[in-house]
Amino acid sequence: MFSKGTKRKFSDGGEEISDESLLGARVASSYSLQRQSLLDMSLIKLQLCHMLVEPNLCRSVLIANTVRQIQEEMTHDGSWHMVTEAFCSAGQSPSERLVATEVLCRSREQDAEPKLFSVISYEGCCEEEVVADETLCSVSVSDTVSNVCLAGRMGQCWEKSELSGIERDEEALEDSRLGSGEEEEIDTEDGASTESPKTIGQVFGTFEIKNGSPGPDSALEELFSDVDTSYYDLDTMLTGMQSAPKMGPYDLLDSLAPSHSSPSIVSTPNCRSDLNELDHIMEIIVGS
Amino acid sequence: MGEDSESPKINHSFLRDYVTEADVISTVEFNQTGDLLATGDKGGRVVIFQRETESKGESEELGESGEYNVYSTFQSHEPDFDYLKSLEIEEKINKIRWLPHQNAAHFLLSTNDKTIKLWKVSERDKRPEGYNLKDEEGRIKDISTVTSLRVPVLKPTDLMVEVRPRRIFANGHTYHVNSISVNSDGETYLSADDLRINMWHLDITDRSFNIVDIKPANMEDLTEVITAAEFHPQHCHLFVYSSSKGTLRLCDMRESALCDKHSKIFEEPEDPGNRSFFSEIVSSVSDVKFSHSGRYLLTRDYLTVKVWDLNMEKGPVETYQVHEYLRSKLCSLYENDCIFDKFECVWNSTDSVIMTGAYNSFFRMFDRETGRGVTLEAWRENSKPRAVLRTRRVYTGGRRRRGDVGVDSLDFTKKILHMAWHPAENIIAIAATNNLYIFQDRVSVENQ
Repeated sequence: MFSKGTKRKFSDGGEEISDESLLGARVASSYSLQRQSLLDMSLIKLQLCHMLVEPNLCRSVLIANTVRQIQEEMTHDGSWHMVTEAFCSAGQSPSERLVATEVLCRSREQDAEPKLFSVISYEGCCEEEVVADETLCSVSVSDTVSNVCLAGRMGQCWEKSELSGIERDEEALEDSRLGSGEEEEIDTEDGASTESPKTIGQVFGTFEIKNGSPGPDSALEELFSDVDTSYYDLDTMLTGMQSAPKMGPYDLLDSLAPSHSSPSIVSTPNCRSDLNELDHIMEIIVGS
Repeated sequence: MGEDSESPKINHSFLRDYVTEADVISTVEFNQTGDLLATGDKGGRVVIFQRETESKGESEELGESGEYNVYSTFQSHEPDFDYLKSLEIEEKINKIRWLPHQNAAHFLLSTNDKTIKLWKVSERDKRPEGYNLKDEEGRIKDISTVTSLRVPVLKPTDLMVEVRPRRIFANGHTYHVNSISVNSDGETYLSADDLRINMWHLDITDRSFNIVDIKPANMEDLTEVITAAEFHPQHCHLFVYSSSKGTLRLCDMRESALCDKHSKIFEEPEDPGNRSFFSEIVSSVSDVKFSHSGRYLLTRDYLTVKVWDLNMEKGPVETYQVHEYLRSKLCSLYENDCIFDKFECVWNSTDSVIMTGAYNSFFRMFDRETGRGVTLEAWRENSKPRAVLRTRRVYTGGRRRRGDVGVDSLDFTKKILHMAWHPAENIIAIAATNNLYIFQDRVSVENQ
């Protein structure tokens, strides 16, 4: 356990507490501070990955397990509730957060209006390197109360609005090529907070390689299993704010390969016009 | 012994500290006789050293029983690119394993994250001379100048070492290959990545058998990965693999084609007193090695090395603290990612001593009979060639002796991750970043 630190915390005045319980409160609060900082550190670690080379799966799994552990403890403590509330009160409407992901997302619900090439940039996500392993990816919403994945708080924010994102355009292309059965459950996407607590569950989807035979994991599952949709913000790409763009110049094109099942990626009925638009944008990017 | 260059008079230490990333040694392995030592580096190169066997005349110096000199160097793997995922595939050599010596040539397997290659290392010290139709340079002779016939003769020539790739085992792994192990049957080998273990036949490159698959149906449920795997040294049907949760699983391939169900699982119950958020991470096994006898297993986790008896699954029979003083520093080590360092561990030839690496260029040896451990250092500044290594100590309290190093002065960038022990003698090879140190026990030479 973290050593119950002797760090003194300024306690709010006005409370009449005995010395003992005050000390206990200080110790407990420093422990929770340490725990919180460990949680933050872990989340940052999950987000920061070397873009060029596939990140170390073992390391990611261990960090994710640590985050899960902290989560569980915080839930038991009851402090998780406070965390989720804090994020919900961030003030952003769900649709705002979701819009920029629409470029590559499929929306199941009608909550978010899909728009291509939104220019909303997420606060706090720009400094960080683009993630290869999608720890930032969408958060799965579970109906079960006991599911205390980080996404849980997202679920509170917008219950049913879910988004699936395409983590890799190549994967998208590959998946549509492979064809597949059911779709992955859609995940709510979170990109707004600097800390960006993410679901643990979606961390490992990236590691799928699609050149294998499509097994029970349907290709579409892979398609939507993990997305760090915040990084698909075209605006940040164009302005080069990301240190390593997640997609190459041709990726957007690829990602729009029509999926054989379910609603098309963009809400407009005509995929082709969108492709042309995309073409145009691509020319701009590549041209520059 | 050890470094081949003498210490220069001019202080070039600032230059020495600059290490080309590609030169960092990533694996070290002796062959079965110990005459050859192979190292792989991050740049995808393999360097093979050969032990000089000629005795230096009658007056052999004590401790002098042959130095290792460079025998061959070749580029094993090149950087690659995975187009589907838009990710580079590192050319770093993760593991090298020698095949049993069968004929004049030597064979070794080398692997990077994705592809395993079988290399044939052969010598050529003769060449045919006296062709009738070609001259010495190989040009075709004018027929009219040929007046008599002769039989070409093999003449000795300078030794040439040729290395050629004989097999390329590609596309077998989705995840990063962390281990390869040659089977005692001499025909097959296994390769393990984070989630799967495949068994290959050395002659067949287009198929492999998947013998372990721990990938969950839903990747969200992934909580454990495979960290190392090895075949039993004698029983060709047994292999062991370790996990990030600190468990070892012994599998018998006779039981079923897919060995997801283990025959034995070796797991030590968690110590509730030491429980912390880092418990799982420090329990992750970074290396597992069968003893030469095949009776024991040696595992390395972040803070300890453990010896397990194959007959006892409930816990290790011996536990040695490698650097317990780091337990209170786990948070900082987590922050700087050092907690994820994967240290290897090795047995000596008689299974009586075990060795593993640590930080600050230190490595530790434990005598199983006495239970005592010693700390040694692989750092050229502090040792001259042929000098006897002096033991080091990390100061953790009590009386401080001269030469003790404080925990806070440890250099965590100088990590000894890779090492090898000669299969028959007390000669060890230690990789320290881009340097290879070869140490030898003076006393054991008398046995020859």
